[in-house]
Amino acid sequence: MGFKAKRLCKLALGPVLLFMSVIAMAAGGEASSINMTPGVTELGREIYDLHMIILWICVAIGVAVFGVMFYSIIFHRKSRGVTPATFHESTTVEIAWTVVPFFILIAMAVPATTTLLTLYDTDDAELDILITGYQWKWKYEYLNEEGENVSFFSNLRTPQAEIYNDEAKGEYYLLEVDQPLVLPVDTKIRFLVTANDVIHSWWVPALAVKRDAIPGFINETWARPTEQGIYRGQCAELCGKSHGFMPIVVNVVSKEEYGEWIAAKQSEATEVKQLTSQDFTLDELMVRGESVYDTSCLACHGGKGEGGVGNAIAGSAVATGDINAHLEIGINGVPGTSMQAFGGQLSDVDMAAVITYQRNAFGNNMGDSLQPIDVYNYKKG
Amino acid sequence: MGDHHHGPAKGLSRWLFTTNHKDIGTMYLWFSFSMFLLGGFFAMIIRAELFQPGMQLIEPAFFNQMTTLHGLIMVFGAIMPSFVGLANWLIPLMIGAPDMALPRMNNWSFWILPPAFLLLASTLFMEGGAPAAGWTFYAPLSTTYAGPSVTYFIFCIHVLGLSSIMGSINIIATVMNMRAPGMTYMKMPLFVWTWLITAFLLVAVMPVLAGAVTMMLMDVHFGTSFFSAAGGGDPVLFQHIFWFFGHPEVYIIILPAFGVVSQIIPAFSRKPLFGYDSMVYATASIAFLSFIVWAHHMYTVGMPVAGELFFMYATMLIAVPTGVKVFNWISTMWRGALSFETPMLFSIGFIILFTIGGFTGLMLSIAPADFQYHDSYFVVAHFHYVMVAGAVFSMTAAIYFWLPKWCGRMYNETMGKTHFWISFIGFNLAFFPQHFVGLAGMPRRIPDYALQFADFNMMSSIGAFIYGASQILFLYNVIATIVAGDPVSDEKVWDGAEGLEWTLPTPVPYHTFETPPLVK
Repeated sequence: MGFKAKRLCKLALGPVLLFMSVIAMAAGGEASSINMTPGVTELGREIYDLHMIILWICVAIGVAVFGVMFYSIIFHRKSRGVTPATFHESTTVEIAWTVVPFFILIAMAVPATTTLLTLYDTDDAELDILITGYQWKWKYEYLNEEGENVSFFSNLRTPQAEIYNDEAKGEYYLLEVDQPLVLPVDTKIRFLVTANDVIHSWWVPALAVKRDAIPGFINETWARPTEQGIYRGQCAELCGKSHGFMPIVVNVVSKEEYGEWIAAKQSEATEVKQLTSQDFTLDELMVRGESVYDTSCLACHGGKGEGGVGNAIAGSAVATGDINAHLEIGINGVPGTSMQAFGGQLSDVDMAAVITYQRNAFGNNMGDSLQPIDVYNYKKG
Repeated sequence: MGDHHHGPAKGLSRWLFTTNHKDIGTMYLWFSFSMFLLGGFFAMIIRAELFQPGMQLIEPAFFNQMTTLHGLIMVFGAIMPSFVGLANWLIPLMIGAPDMALPRMNNWSFWILPPAFLLLASTLFMEGGAPAAGWTFYAPLSTTYAGPSVTYFIFCIHVLGLSSIMGSINIIATVMNMRAPGMTYMKMPLFVWTWLITAFLLVAVMPVLAGAVTMMLMDVHFGTSFFSAAGGGDPVLFQHIFWFFGHPEVYIIILPAFGVVSQIIPAFSRKPLFGYDSMVYATASIAFLSFIVWAHHMYTVGMPVAGELFFMYATMLIAVPTGVKVFNWISTMWRGALSFETPMLFSIGFIILFTIGGFTGLMLSIAPADFQYHDSYFVVAHFHYVMVAGAVFSMTAAIYFWLPKWCGRMYNETMGKTHFWISFIGFNLAFFPQHFVGLAGMPRRIPDYALQFADFNMMSSIGAFIYGASQILFLYNVIATIVAGDPVSDEKVWDGAEGLEWTLPTPVPYHTFETPPLVK
């Protein structure tokens, strides 16, 4: 082999070796930063195995095909003074390389079919959870619990200051929420997935679950986590401006812990219902309203009510005008704009508090307020 | 001869009113290259923002406009017109025809493109910004929730569709009617075959896309609810219609690329193409299969399991004819007398990287595994391996291969090879790490990401900048060749090249094959 051929051989093999070593690295380790996670469900491990089998089949075919090609590149060079052959067909060989891949594909299809059937089998679930995608947050509703229905929104908790590089980024930057979804371990959970506005997709790699959340449809999927822990995911379908900012956090806990948690949530829900019939002072409403504003309004209307994607609140005609018109926008949104209908998202207490807050903060000194019961009555018409 | 004119007209009117297939081909190629630079510029903005975690340069809403326009411009403005340009230049030369069958329509199908893209680009300056629902523009994000620019976008798509359909009809008419005596179908060069099949795909699916955007228009402006569940419609219907267009679309992009590589590999192997017949049949099978696999883009949408299985099996089948093609190229090289000029380097790069993209395609076809891959960066890596290393690499190879023939001047070989190696390294650095972040859980189309994805994203951005910069070298090399390249006058610029175009004088005269050649 001449000097030039040797050099070329090295150059050509470089990327192949790199590719191979990277693939080999990808194959090792469980919670890898370069490979699919097997996750914490039986189905996830099955999918991972399927992924690895097919990856290795592809690597094997690749080595064979590229091997032949590089042999040719090195030894069948014009510069080595070879005379080109003239053959241009071979029925036997051509039939072989049509039929053999076909059988390899059948070998791949068999385990893939079994796994897919398992993935679709949502029967015998012990717990149903309705997941609704909103621009840009998730709502979780526990359906078949006895007693009060538990439902809540799960918002991004990472502060804007971290996103805009004014503060150091935390360990779970963009993958942290105010209220995670809590699930019991070793329980088959059925997820009913839908959306309220545009299409979203609920993806938690460790649970091997990804389902599109489509307005007007309810998709079913399931998971049976076998290990306790906190698992993180993200919305996987482009859903507008803040698509990258609606993470999912799942906290898988022991069955006992789950029981306590759901009971606490239920009594909290009862409490909120009772609060609706209570009267609040302006100060109480302002304190509650500020925290509601920060989670639900701030992203669009700004920290000082100065506006942004949404209109300014400071000095706005709405926040300084008729209080019922203000409430109407809060409850039903403004169709055709990014102002959503918050009537179904906020409790009556929170709605009363945040409307009151908007009318009395940012220099809007209206002095008027709403009580939860006013919101309740307004909604009833 | 009297008032017959033989040279081109002078000035702007030459280009505005030309019906000459070479002029129109040239305009298509320059137009598509300028769109390639524009779409590439948007890609550079995307990669600059993704260089590190946090929002640094642009806002999330603008990021979405960038990903959307990058995709639309690259698919409809850069890759598709570039292959139409190549078809215009080469099909008449390859089949021994004096021009395209419908020259005036040819002029029209080019000249409606620049205004359409001007319209699309102008949406950036509109209130509410450019379309931001991704190049796949799923409803209802692209209808009820879209800004006012969506109407302009719909009009742009209609014009592009019109242009593509006219271009395809022209190609079909030319290939069917204007072949030189003796040029039977099974003697046509593979580039002509792949374009003939592509043209049929285009005529079949562009009207489907036109239907989809018309339904969007109705939903946006005329109160219908095709894609809104609240009015009795179905958002998933949009995806079915879109991908019924969209999957054949990806073969529309890649089949002419297959054709190009099938011309170049034999030339630099100095050996006839292996398995010509099976290449033709494989192309036709791929085209047929492309119509029955569309829903593999929608595995997570909640289809019944039977539908899911059907689309999985059909998709896996595509590996067979695609494999046949790769095996044939390699067999063509086997025991040839290879040399490695720039077009050959890009063609070999094409085979290697396209095959990797094919492997990840096979992995993506496995429905249960796709529940983890879907909408992650793994998909982004996959389709850039087939679109960039597939279509764009083969297009680059084509320019280096035929440019000396067209203009009678040789490009700078050292610069060409440098362009290849920088492209190859930059491309792999940009897109290989995206497999890893995708598998590790990074969704696509996000403007900001969690910290564990930071290192690979930085690598990816650096690679993208290198690949982007290498295109400036390409532009320089092409202009330098046209203006001051070393003159070549051999009819066969490459000693191994075969086909009618290489029997013509170099540079190719303005009018060719006015008397049809006889093909034995």
